[in-house]
This record gives sequence, structure tokens and C-alpha cells, in this order.
Amino acid sequence: MARKKSREVTEVNAGSMADIAFLLLIFFLVTTTIASDKGILNILPPKLDPNIPPPDIKKNERNIFNILINANDDLLVEGEYRRTPEGLDSEIKDFILNFGAPDEEALVLFNSLPASLQAQAQRRPESSDHPKEAVVSIKTDRGTSYELYLEVFDLAKKAYFEIYGERVGLGADEYRTLTGNDEASKLLQDRGKEGIPMAISIAEPNKIGGN
Amino acid sequence: MSKFKKKTNTSTNIPTSALPDIIFMLLFFFMVTTVLREQDLLVEQKIPQATQLQKLQKKTLISYLFIGKPKNTGLYGSEPRIQANDVLISAPEIVQWVNQERDMLPESDRGLITISMKIDKEVKMGPISDVQTELRNADARRVLYASTGKVPN
Repeated sequence: MARKKSREVTEVNAGSMADIAFLLLIFFLVTTTIASDKGILNILPPKLDPNIPPPDIKKNERNIFNILINANDDLLVEGEYRRTPEGLDSEIKDFILNFGAPDEEALVLFNSLPASLQAQAQRRPESSDHPKEAVVSIKTDRGTSYELYLEVFDLAKKAYFEIYGERVGLGADEYRTLTGNDEASKLLQDRGKEGIPMAISIAEPNKIGGN
Repeated sequence: MSKFKKKTNTSTNIPTSALPDIIFMLLFFFMVTTVLREQDLLVEQKIPQATQLQKLQKKTLISYLFIGKPKNTGLYGSEPRIQANDVLISAPEIVQWVNQERDMLPESDRGLITISMKIDKEVKMGPISDVQTELRNADARRVLYASTGKVPN
């Protein structure tokens, strides 16, 4: 009597399994937001100690690439008015690689650069002395839009990454995606950066047009 | 005539028994990559685009600040506000918030805390510089301006 039951086919109907899985799949498809932790990294300057007066920095005007953005989103680049930040990246690149008055250390650096970068040194006396001295300064008003600020900051970063990349024979994009996790990519990263610090200075905004 | 008819005898059933497995594979992919939204956004977020994006390796070091116009303007006003975790905070409270976030990290990583600022396009630089000043006060100086990739033209 009892045996009869065990002879019955005990297979579960798996036809609807796909439907169940589909339902779950669609649930996850809808709720998923693939995390985007991408962005532009910026290191803020350390907090000023009120007891120590800020160091008196004497930098030659020619070593600073001034970018001012006002509350109307107009730009003043090195004293010259313009409406859009277009072409700023190549100008910054020229400025960094100018080598107007290199000292000994900078000459060593210059000689270590690949020929394609050496050719970009214009040696104009009114531009930067050498990359170690060069600073890109971005100053905004409180009313400047964040979008434009980020665009300018992006272009300044681009100029540096292009130089770093070209130094190690990579494109700017390839250089940027180096993780520094393994020896080889860390080495490439360091070789690109060596002697050319990324000096982008963000000045405190003017109190115009904001709150 | 009958020469051609022979072929129709073959069964044209596609075996679907492997279908659940394929679907499950997709399901697992999405389950692994998914990050369920932990918090409701109280502020508007239209992230600007940029080209020079960098990706951070250690996700545990990142804390998020959302800045933008509040969605519920009746309750919170229309000026840009800062959202940390689930609440809107004012700029001076950032120091405390950073210290809380930092305490959650293992001791060796505390200096490396990175603040990912997700800022709406419409925000002006004023509130942002206030936030940055507070971040400097809190000594959380690694800042990531979150942005999405721009297709170069």
C-alpha cells in the first residue's frame, strides 16, 4: 500500500521558475542605481592657524595663471575678457611648459621630458619660469555658477593630465585611469607627476552676487 | 514532392529548461552590483558633467554630502541646503558630521576620509565655499566633486 505512493513521479513543475526569476530580476533592475563614485578630486588647503600669520608668498606675477570668474559667469583670463572657457586647457598647458627662466633643477627636468613636450616650451619671458613655479589660480565670486567653475577646474586638470600622460607615452585618459594599485601603474603615475606638481589654487570667493 | 516533405518531421522545440539558469545569472549580476538607495534625497540633484573624472578605489572612505535646492520648498525654503545622511544640516554642523563619519572608519584610514560632494548645477559658489571652509576646519581635505562623464564633441 505504502509503496504505491513512492512510485508516483515526484518532479516539481519547473516551468514557472523562469517567471519567478524574471520577477526578481525586474525588481532589481528597477531599484538598482549603479553607484557612480566618479568625480574630480580636489585637495583643499589646510586650515589656517589664527596664531600664525599666513606666510607672505612672493611669487612673480608671471608665474601665476589668473582665471577670474564673476557672478555673471564672464571670465577674465590673464587680464583678458572672454565669454566661454573654450581653449583654456591648451593655454594652461602652454603656460606650465613655458620654461621662461629655468633654474638648474628645472633644466634637468626639461632635458628629461620627451621631445614632443620640449617642443611646446615657448620660452616667453612674460609667462611661467618653470613648471615647479607655475600656479594656476581660479578665483570666483559667490554668485558664480558651480557648473562653470567645475568646467574651468576640469580644463585645468586636463592640461596637467595631458602633460603627465604625454610624459609616459599615454593619452590623458589612459593616464587618468591608472589606479596605482600595482607596481607598474604606480611607477607610471609617479614618473608622470615627478617634478611637475599639480598646482591649482582655488581662491576664496569675492562677496559679489551671492549670499 | 515527397522529397521535401521529409524535413518537416523534425521537431522545432527549443529547449527552455536552461532559461531559468540564464535569468538567475542576470539576477545575481544585478543583485551584486545594486546599491539600494539608503537615503531619500531631500534636495534636487542635477549633477554637472566633466571630462577629467577619476574613480576612487576605496569606497568605504567616501562620505556623501548633497547640496542643492530643497525639493520641498514649502518646508525648507528655496535656498540651497546641505544634506548629510537623512537630514538637512547647516554649514557649521559639518564639522560634527565629519567627525562622526570619521569615527566609523578604522583608525588607520581616518586621515584619508574623502567627502564626495554631489552638488546641483544650479548652486552658486557661495554656499559651496562655505562648505569647503567647514571641511577645512574639520580637516577633511580630500574632496571629490561628483560629476558624470561628458561625451567629447
